[in-house]
Amino acid sequence: MSTRIERRFKSLQDENRAGLVTFLTAGDPNPEVGFDILKGLPAAGADIIEIGVPFSDPMADGPAIQASSLRAIKAGMNLAKVLESVRDFRKIDDVTPIVLMGYFNPIYIYGVDKFLSDAKAAGVDGFIVVDLPPEEETEFCLPAREAGLNFIYLTAPTTDERRLPRVVKHASGFVYFVSITGITGTFAASASDVEGHVARIKKFTHLPVCVGFGIRTREQAAEIARIADGAVVGSVLVDIVAANVDLPSLPEKVFELVRCLADGVRLAR
Amino acid sequence: MSKPNTFRAGVDEDGHFGIYGGRYVAETLMPLILDVEKAYDIARADDSFWSEFNDLMKHYVGRPSPLYFAKRLTEHLGGAKVYFKRDELNHTGAHKINNTVGQILLARRMGKTRIIAETGAGQHGVATATVCALFGLPCIVYMGETDVERQAPNVFRMKLLGAEVRPVTSGTGTLKDAMNEALRDWVSNVEDTFYIIGTVAGPHPYPTLVRDFQSIIGEEVREQIQEAEGRLPDILVACLGGGSNAMGLFHPFLDDEGVRIIGVEAAGLGLDTDKHCASLTGGKPGVLHGNRTYLLQTSEGQIIDGHSISAGLDYPGIGPEHAWLKDTGRVEYVSATDSEALEAFQLCTRLEGIIPALEPSHALAYVAKVVPAMEKETLLVMNMCGRGDKDIFTVAKHLGVEMKGE
Repeated sequence: MSTRIERRFKSLQDENRAGLVTFLTAGDPNPEVGFDILKGLPAAGADIIEIGVPFSDPMADGPAIQASSLRAIKAGMNLAKVLESVRDFRKIDDVTPIVLMGYFNPIYIYGVDKFLSDAKAAGVDGFIVVDLPPEEETEFCLPAREAGLNFIYLTAPTTDERRLPRVVKHASGFVYFVSITGITGTFAASASDVEGHVARIKKFTHLPVCVGFGIRTREQAAEIARIADGAVVGSVLVDIVAANVDLPSLPEKVFELVRCLADGVRLAR
Repeated sequence: MSKPNTFRAGVDEDGHFGIYGGRYVAETLMPLILDVEKAYDIARADDSFWSEFNDLMKHYVGRPSPLYFAKRLTEHLGGAKVYFKRDELNHTGAHKINNTVGQILLARRMGKTRIIAETGAGQHGVATATVCALFGLPCIVYMGETDVERQAPNVFRMKLLGAEVRPVTSGTGTLKDAMNEALRDWVSNVEDTFYIIGTVAGPHPYPTLVRDFQSIIGEEVREQIQEAEGRLPDILVACLGGGSNAMGLFHPFLDDEGVRIIGVEAAGLGLDTDKHCASLTGGKPGVLHGNRTYLLQTSEGQIIDGHSISAGLDYPGIGPEHAWLKDTGRVEYVSATDSEALEAFQLCTRLEGIIPALEPSHALAYVAKVVPAMEKETLLVMNMCGRGDKDIFTVAKHLGVEMKGE
């Protein structure tokens, strides 16, 4: 039994290209417009969609993503509504993988068992929970795997070769390499640095490796797409939302940028 | 919950106190947290580490702090004998320095050359800036922008000591956001930076190491009360924000069954309002800032800012060991409101000539409430964890409002 994420990477491999992974915060700037954006992402070129679950205190993210969380929370977004929007998305798209990314507290408060069964029923494929390292895997990561969902682990430049095996041990779907020691939306790592890290990770896992943090342009996306299995783009999309909160054509602005990034990824190899 | 054999065993090997504590941090930080843990395990087993710590406690901080029999307050209340542990007499005016001395020694052992800290009222920031000046290390203190305005004297103090104070505007611009920013800084400066956390919270091993450095408070009380009264106290009382002064007093007594232990949280305008800061008595378990503990949060798991007249208590979480001690029933947790604390502040100032900080004024408020009904032989020790000079503006403002109302 394979997951949508596994099938997507298989087809990307067949096309001999990397994937474009987009990140946007659910319900940003409000649940309605947020859903319009979500619906249009696959057509604009997103191969995998990460949906940020709003949390008041995203300590590993930059102020821009924290602000997007606060906008969404203020507009009434919550975890139950995130699942609802995935359910609605699945009515029109049953192939694009959806990964929920966020922090553990909203899930913990929702209830892990209930959340897993609701998420699965809604059509979620995997999770990135930033504050659940392997040391805290028993509560959510392992049950998620048992439920047939992917749990995607983050690795960082600080994750050395002694630690990598531990980190990828229970990883599934793909491995997310955080390319800088820093927060989202700050600066980009050099391609040669990233290349070395990706090679190192691949020594310990057969899973695809996606690279994120700091990718803002078509050129950067292309550069990463040459050396990794996926390029994750987040802050620059969130910035577009922040700068155009009240603009009726906001979704189109986002799609324009996604198309541009997708071009970069597609023409890289 | 079944009663453990000891309440002093500390964390399990994964850093949990029961279901609390843990290491809920991003992968980028995890290797650093493991480094701190390793370095602390070596340091705590090394006599030379503790002799350096104790030497600074004695000659720089001014320890041991006195255990003082508050005679006039005791007569006024007409019940138990009330002793103050005078940690407000420490260098920098609060218990915070015990911890920053310990952590900077650890940072030096780890070869770290840059120190960061978060602060709310500014006491931990001042204590961190102080030890950074002492050891000649650059110091960056993150402080919510509203606190920067409210606590101008402490901001100036930190700057005089050579620290850079960075106002935090992200999120709600409060203490919790200052902690978020400090964690972000740490993630961005992993090679050279040590994060001096100010309370018994955060990812393992911080709750443990801060507790160990603060336990000097309770250890001294054990000796001093034996000397004064020939026996252990019956009751210990301390206020809690994050819970470091309380843990420091409580921990050495946790296995003494006869000692009743009480922690006092800030009830702000009242627990029945949304303006309080009582994580244990008014919150519920959740995960924030690297640990599972009781938190002020919405029904959807979003963190809420606390409110208290005392800037040092308005953190929406609490040390995870306190969460565990609450659930096991070993420590009782109660609360006192802003106005009760203000009254206790004035009572202590007039009766004892001691101006307490607004934080321990909460503990005092509880003491004043319960002591009159107690036997005269009962011995109560309260931690006077900070002095009130920093609070006189806040108090003046509140008293001014009251006078207008008359």
